[in-house]
Amino acid sequence: MSGPATRPWPARLVVLIPYAWLALLFLAPFVIVVKISLSQTALAQPPYLPVFDLSAGWEGLRDFVAQLSFDAYALLGSDWLYILSYLKSLEVAAISTLILLLIGYPMAYGIARSPRGLQPLLVMLVVLPFWTSFLIRVYAWVNILQRDGLLNTVLMKLSIVDQPAAWLASDTAIYIGVVYSYLPFMVLPLYATLEKMDQSLLEAAADLGCPRWKAFWQVTVPLSLPGIAAGALLCFIPICGEFVIPDLLGGSETLMIGQTLWTEFFANRDWPVASAIAVSLLALLLVPIVFYERLQQRAIEGGRSA
Amino acid sequence: MAGGFAAEKPALVRFDGVVKRFGALTAVDRVSLDIAQGEFFALLGPSGCGKTTLLRMLAGFETPSEGRILLDGEDISQVPPHKRPVNMMFQSYALFPHLNVEGNIGFGLRQEKIGKDEIAARVEEMLGLVRLKGYGKRRIDQLSGGQRQRVALARALIKHPRVLLLDEPLAALDKKLRAETQFELMELQKKLGTTFVIVTHDQEEAMIVADRIAVMDHGKLAQVAAPEEIYERPSSRWVADFIGEVTLIEGTLSQPDMLASALGPLRVDKGAAKVGDKVWLALRPEKVRLGAQRDVDGTFNALAGTVYEIGYRGDMSIYKVRMADRSLMKVALANSGGPPPFAADDVVWLSWPPAAGVVLTR
Repeated sequence: MSGPATRPWPARLVVLIPYAWLALLFLAPFVIVVKISLSQTALAQPPYLPVFDLSAGWEGLRDFVAQLSFDAYALLGSDWLYILSYLKSLEVAAISTLILLLIGYPMAYGIARSPRGLQPLLVMLVVLPFWTSFLIRVYAWVNILQRDGLLNTVLMKLSIVDQPAAWLASDTAIYIGVVYSYLPFMVLPLYATLEKMDQSLLEAAADLGCPRWKAFWQVTVPLSLPGIAAGALLCFIPICGEFVIPDLLGGSETLMIGQTLWTEFFANRDWPVASAIAVSLLALLLVPIVFYERLQQRAIEGGRSA
Repeated sequence: MAGGFAAEKPALVRFDGVVKRFGALTAVDRVSLDIAQGEFFALLGPSGCGKTTLLRMLAGFETPSEGRILLDGEDISQVPPHKRPVNMMFQSYALFPHLNVEGNIGFGLRQEKIGKDEIAARVEEMLGLVRLKGYGKRRIDQLSGGQRQRVALARALIKHPRVLLLDEPLAALDKKLRAETQFELMELQKKLGTTFVIVTHDQEEAMIVADRIAVMDHGKLAQVAAPEEIYERPSSRWVADFIGEVTLIEGTLSQPDMLASALGPLRVDKGAAKVGDKVWLALRPEKVRLGAQRDVDGTFNALAGTVYEIGYRGDMSIYKVRMADRSLMKVALANSGGPPPFAADDVVWLSWPPAAGVVLTR
C-alpha cells in the first residue's frame, strides 16, 4: 500500500477538520434552507409546512417528501418583482465593479510603484477603514448624503449648487456606498499582482521600442489579469447579495435581491420564498465563482510548470 | 590607452567623460571610451564596479549625471530607451510570460508599422538563426534555460540593432552550456557584423569572446585593451590580479634591469619604470619553470623553495611554493601524464627569463 492509505490516522484527522467545518456550518444550514424553499407557508411555528417528524418513522418520511414542492421557485420565475430584483442586483454589482476597477487599478498601481519603504504604510491606509464597523461607516454616509448633510453644505458653500440636492435614497447613493465599502477588496489583490511584477519586463518593452503608455497595455495589464479577475470577483459576488448599503442609502423604486429577501422573510413571513431567493442567488453566483476557481487552478498549474 | 581596433575605424559608440551618481555613490566615474563598429567589446569587473550601470546608460535606462554618450556621432544621452537603435539581452532574460516564443521574438517589430506577414517571416528567420525552429508556439515556461537564453537573444536581434547589449547573458547557464554558447555568440557576431557589448564578471568569458576588454574597478576604467595585452601586459597590480593567477613580488628598481626584492636581486625588463622606483614584478604561474635542480641558463632568475600546497585542476596543477622570505609563489605545471613530479615539502627550483615578468609601477 502506498500514498494516502498509509498515512497515520492523526494526519487523516487533520484533513477531516476543514471538511467537518464545512459540513457543519455550510452544508447542514444550506440543506435546511433548500428544504424550507421546497415547503409551503403556513400560519404555524415554524411558519411553513411540512415539518419533518422523526417519530413518524418511514411512513412520515414518505408523507414529508410527498408534500415538498417547487411552488416557491415557480413564483420567483413568474413574478417580475423577483426577476427585476435579481437584474437590479446584477446591474448594481456590474457597474460598481467597473467603477471599482477604474478607481482601484490606478490606486494599486500607484502603491506598487511607490518607494518600497512607503508601501506597507499605503497598504495599511487602504485597510484602515476596516478598523471602524462597516455599519457605522454606512450610517456616516447617510449623514454625509442627507439633505442638510456634509456634501450639500459644502456644495452650497462653494456655490456649486444653489439649493440642496437629493443624494440620499438614490442609485447614486448606492454606488457611492458600495464603491467606498468595497474598494479595499479591489485594491489589495491588484496590488498583490502588480507588486510582484518583474520591472525588467517593462525595461525590455521600452528597449524593444515600446513607449511607456503602450507597455502599460501590452505588458502590465495582461500580466495583472489574475489580480483584475480576483478583485472583480471579490467585489462582484458580495455586492450581488448586498443588503445594508441599498437599504440605508438606496431608494424604494427597485429593490436589490437582498432587500427583497429581507422583506419576504421578516415582513411577509414567507420563509419558503425567502429561502428560494437565497438558493437561486447562490446558483446564480456559482457561475462566476466556478470561473474564478478555474482561473486560479490555471495560475497554480502555470506556476508549477515554470 | 585604446587598442589598435578603435584607432582604425571611427567610433560607433563614444562615452565622453561619463559620470553617474546614485545619491552619494558614484557608480561610474569619468569614463571615456570608444567602441568601434563591428567590435565585440566586453565590460569586465567585479560586482559593483559600474559595468552594468555603463551598459544601462547606453540602453537608456539611466541618464548620465555628467558627460555625453554618442552613437554615430550623435548625442543620445537624453534619448529615451524606446527611441534608441540599441537592443539589450537582459541577465534574467526578461521574457514576457504572457506571450509565446513567437510573441516574444516579434515584440519589437510589432511596435513599428510593419505588416503581419513580414513580422512572421522575420520571426521565422530568427528562430532559424538561434536554432529554435518549431518552438514558435511554445509557452516560455515550457522552455529550458538554454532555450530561453536563445529566445532572449533572438528578441534582441530581430530589429537589427546598431549595438547589441548583453548583460551577463550566460550567467544562468551551467558551465558546459556556457562554453558552447560563448562560441555560438562569437560566430553569430561574425555572421551579423553587429557591434556586441557584453557585461560580465567572468574574466575567462570576456577573454574568449571579446575583441577588446575594458576592465573596470570602482567606476573607473582600469585598462582598455585586447585580451592578450591585458593578460600579458596588465597596467596595474589590480588588473594583473583580477585577470588570471599571478604572483606579485615587491621591490625597488636598483639598476635599469635589476629589481632589489626580499628574495634577493632579480633580473627584469623595467618597462616604463625608472631606477629608484618602488615597483612590483608580476609573474604568471605558467611562465615559471619548476625543477629539482637549478636551471643551467645563467640569464634566468633562479630561486629555491619548498612545495607548500598543490592545487589539482585536471589539465594542470598550481603549485604554491614557500620561498626563503616565507612568501608564496604560484607555478603552473601541465599534467602531461605520469606520476606528479613533486610532492608537498619537496625542495624545488623556480626559474624564469627576465622577459617573463611585467614590472608594474602601481
